[in-house]
Amino acid sequence: MDALIAQLQRQFRDYTISLYQQGFLDDQFTELKKLQDDGSPDFVSEVLSLFFEDCVKLISNMARALDTTGTVDFSQVGASVHQLKGSSSSVGAKRVKTLCVSFKECCEAKNYEGLMLCYRCVRCLQQVDIEYKALKTKLQDMFNLEKQIIQAGGIVPQVDIN
Amino acid sequence: MTRDQIAEELPNLAESKLTALVVDDSFVNQTIHQKLLNRLGIENDVVTNGKEAVDVYCSGRNYDLILMDMDMPIMNGIQATKRLREMGIESKIAGVTTRANEGEKKEFMEAGLNDFQEKPLTISKLLSILHKLNFYVQT
Repeated sequence: MDALIAQLQRQFRDYTISLYQQGFLDDQFTELKKLQDDGSPDFVSEVLSLFFEDCVKLISNMARALDTTGTVDFSQVGASVHQLKGSSSSVGAKRVKTLCVSFKECCEAKNYEGLMLCYRCVRCLQQVDIEYKALKTKLQDMFNLEKQIIQAGGIVPQVDIN
Repeated sequence: MTRDQIAEELPNLAESKLTALVVDDSFVNQTIHQKLLNRLGIENDVVTNGKEAVDVYCSGRNYDLILMDMDMPIMNGIQATKRLREMGIESKIAGVTTRANEGEKKEFMEAGLNDFQEKPLTISKLLSILHKLNFYVQT
């Protein structure tokens, strides 16, 4: 059993480090882990669930706003991106946040307008959608490893990113 | 940080009965800010926009500290801060926002803030707010 636990812990450590190295997560995720304790053992996954709910809601809002059968309200799109940028920043979802920053610049760019701007925004939105889903899958795998370690009777190791 | 380490930074933590109000429209931020405050033993409530914050004070509640977000629907952080100061509210208000360019920061501070921190909040940023606002000054 100990060999299994050690192997799972190694897998967990390597996987977690890879998420930081590949830019999926940043320091703010580490801060969230610091807040997790015996009183709230699922704090990180609960906050991330709220974040993913935000993604679904805001992306859907933006998709509706960018529907060109009416007049596109780019300020509404910008407002939603701003909110998503805030959320992603708060949970350490680095790649999603970076995409939101460029998306925001896209909305505020003065050198595009009308259909061209709409097209560019739709492209940004597609990328954000892909990226948050990729993160969700990665984190699901990470949380599963944690569960396996605990079920095998082990303790989830603290992973030192630096 | 463990509770012992935090208590070293804030000597009067054991006796503290500080209260705080979280004003933010994001569930993600509400959850994080409440957890940070709980970790420091600060009793707290949450509202989702500036108008609710004003209403809570109008109903007679009071808090030592308000963590005020800037962008919120119905009444934003700047409007809410101004309104609370007009009402004569002297609670310490810390603006917490992602908007950090000099102009926006200045406008928010001038509305009546006591301190300003860039989001996302962390344990050390919250400690820095508490230090700055002299919540644990030893006499």
